[in-house]
Amino acid sequence: MSTATVNSPPAPAEAPIPTFTVTMMVRRFNPEVDEEPRWQDFDVELYPTDRVLDALHKIKWEQDGSLTFRRSCAHGVCGSDAMRINGRNRLACKTLMKDLDITKPVYVEAIKGLPLEKYLVVDMEPFFASYREVQPFLQASSKPEKERIQSAEQRARFDDTTKCILCAACTSSCPVFWTDGQYFGPAAIVNAHRFIFDSRDEASSVRLDILNDKEGVWRCRTTFNCSEACPRGIQVTQAIAEVKQAIMFGKR
Amino acid sequence: MTDYADGTVVDGVTYHQHDVVIVGAGGAGMRAAIEAGPKARTAVISKLYPTRSHTGAAQGGMAAALANVEEDNWEWHTFDTIKGGDYLVDQDAAEILAKEAIDAVYDLENMGLPFNRTPEGKIDQRRFGGHTRDHGKAPVRRACYAADRTGHMILQTLYQNCVKHGINFFNEYYVLDLVMVEVDGVKRPSAVVAYELATGDLHVFQGKSIIFATGGFGKIFKTTSNAHTLTGDGVGIIWRKGLPLEDMEFFQFHPTGLAGLGILLSEAARGEGAILRNSEGERFMERYAPTIKDLAPRDIVARCMATEIREGRGGGPNKDYVYLDITHLEPAVIDAKLPDITEFARTYLGVEPYTEPVPVLPTAHYAMGGIPTNVAAEVLSDNTTVVPGLYAAGECACVSVHGSNRLGTNSLLDINVFGKRAGNNAVEYALTAEFIPLPDDPAKPIRELVEMLRTSNGTERMSTMRKELQDSMDRNAQVYRTETSLVEVTKVIENLRGRYKNVMVQDKGKRFNTDLLEAIELGFLLDLAEVLVYSALYRKESRGGHFREDFPTRDDENYMVHTMAYLTGDAHSEDAGDHIKLETKPVVVTRYQPMERKY
Repeated sequence: MSTATVNSPPAPAEAPIPTFTVTMMVRRFNPEVDEEPRWQDFDVELYPTDRVLDALHKIKWEQDGSLTFRRSCAHGVCGSDAMRINGRNRLACKTLMKDLDITKPVYVEAIKGLPLEKYLVVDMEPFFASYREVQPFLQASSKPEKERIQSAEQRARFDDTTKCILCAACTSSCPVFWTDGQYFGPAAIVNAHRFIFDSRDEASSVRLDILNDKEGVWRCRTTFNCSEACPRGIQVTQAIAEVKQAIMFGKR
Repeated sequence: MTDYADGTVVDGVTYHQHDVVIVGAGGAGMRAAIEAGPKARTAVISKLYPTRSHTGAAQGGMAAALANVEEDNWEWHTFDTIKGGDYLVDQDAAEILAKEAIDAVYDLENMGLPFNRTPEGKIDQRRFGGHTRDHGKAPVRRACYAADRTGHMILQTLYQNCVKHGINFFNEYYVLDLVMVEVDGVKRPSAVVAYELATGDLHVFQGKSIIFATGGFGKIFKTTSNAHTLTGDGVGIIWRKGLPLEDMEFFQFHPTGLAGLGILLSEAARGEGAILRNSEGERFMERYAPTIKDLAPRDIVARCMATEIREGRGGGPNKDYVYLDITHLEPAVIDAKLPDITEFARTYLGVEPYTEPVPVLPTAHYAMGGIPTNVAAEVLSDNTTVVPGLYAAGECACVSVHGSNRLGTNSLLDINVFGKRAGNNAVEYALTAEFIPLPDDPAKPIRELVEMLRTSNGTERMSTMRKELQDSMDRNAQVYRTETSLVEVTKVIENLRGRYKNVMVQDKGKRFNTDLLEAIELGFLLDLAEVLVYSALYRKESRGGHFREDFPTRDDENYMVHTMAYLTGDAHSEDAGDHIKLETKPVVVTRYQPMERKY
């Protein structure tokens, strides 16, 4: 009896899928070995459909097991693998090799502004601490028997900022955050926005007060790095601007 | 036997004491924490940051008979769940699932979850596979949803509420062992041993009650919707402790994974009207399930797709996939209801779903089986005996509400209903229980394992072995299985078991040593793949997600029973027959007698 499944290997007659070799320049830092981070190059053979994450896995699994990075879902929803790829913050699992200029080395390093731990791993605690400070949870005094009623329009008002996966690509692309370790950063403001504009929430004034602080929303210089970096396509700068307006003129 | 106060460090091992210890910070673990945290000292230990958990990848919705958009009731939901599971569902558990679904959804909404809304401002609902009106008459709108990122919203909402309650998380701590101690002739849980990724240090978390909410193990397969981190560590720990695993042969293959990648495209697409087509453009599901067509349950649709491909009607240059067609839907509807999955098709396959059908293929998605529990989420050491103080919930557990095939949207439901039950029952238990004293040096086995791997001069590449396992599982234990194919994969596992003893770990450091952890994870994958295949060999019938070509029909006379696998010897000996014993457990039948499953 045949044991074929839908995933049978292709018949030998089929043409092999073409591969290409890419030089990956990875910012190496092993705290138990290296004094300072330095660039290290790896040549990797890849398929056109491969992502930067696949390239990193190939290095780790076939060349150097000490190369360290976070990853989990591998399709852009868990937020583990934000890193700087050719100088731009992106998710490694959402960046296809074929979309990069592979005639030149591809540079990969850890996101900036958070303490470097090892290779592409940074300490995420300061990032999550800022997030927690904006009280990122619904505060409502009523206890309805069923659901709270919310119109589709009210729901749409904060839809964009509900997409956030807390990957830190935005916050760690922000020049203000790099130089001022106290700034809340875009992601915390995005997550405050998600509740400030939720019609069910009653604590927006508390959050607006928190963000009106000297380390809060006014540090934003509107450089738009964050919006460009967001792998979920959130209009981060706009969300920050809306929070600024809400502080000045009240919620609309 | 001894106890250490919270924070004590002895020989480099840090000891912690909590009333409730929860392993895993996905939906089930955090739902449990929200119940336990406010009432008792609770710790949540997770190998990831909580918001990275794979609950966040769930897309389509969470079933509950709210009847917000059309007539529905929980009894219909119960029936659909049982029929969907091909009658291997424990019917008392399914009834609880369907009944408590309604409050579970309201709980989440009240916690802040931004569900999509009806024109009246209520929670909107949509169709999903296998969910029907009045016992199969037509599809019903039962899935509560937030665009196609319902799991993301659930994970975020639960994490937000954990922040609100000040839940104590230990992030990037890998639990690698459960410490069981015999008290009055009964083995009881005392603590878990965790490896701290950042430092390589070991921690012992003593808990009066312990909840496993560790998720699935889809990484035993190559083509899977599961995250890299879903390696079944929790289920594997339970197995190595000599506790049984239930119904491990039943693994769900989701019909619509992106071809070649396995990334999930939600069934919500078909709920919103998407159609599966073969290379001839035919809507082939009409032939197989004339009443509900593309919304037949996943096991059936996955097999029909595989059949179309086998019979030469697959698309593409190698005729090895079928198409998911949403080109007839309005772009505005797609953008509002299916934005993420259409983005996946664009990003990863370069296909524009507005105008082109998307190549899809079944992808390993969900373990129906796992750690046996009763409806109170208490772990069982045989068919009926409870392990006092030990709980399990979510994908790692087998209650069994999913039987041999889970319905879409019932897993987000499962984690909420049984996560809540686990949290409530564990905290109630902990408030009257004492700590079980620790044995001397409880971290010793894990310290020895870690040191052995870290300092070994092994030469077998972990990634090569894992690939061999995954390739063989895809080839031999996927949608179609036969005795020959299953025996083949047992031989592969036997071979890998031998080589695993010589596994290579290149990173010799202590800090963030993911190389080491991947090697440990491979050990769990081998264990679980072996139990799955061994159980599948025994079940000489076809039911739900388990299809044996050599026994293509359901055999209620001989197999209307759960499989219970027990470890009887060295878990790492090469021949499975040396250390696995299979027994059975009756299915709880209340009001629905098994019928032929037609849609």
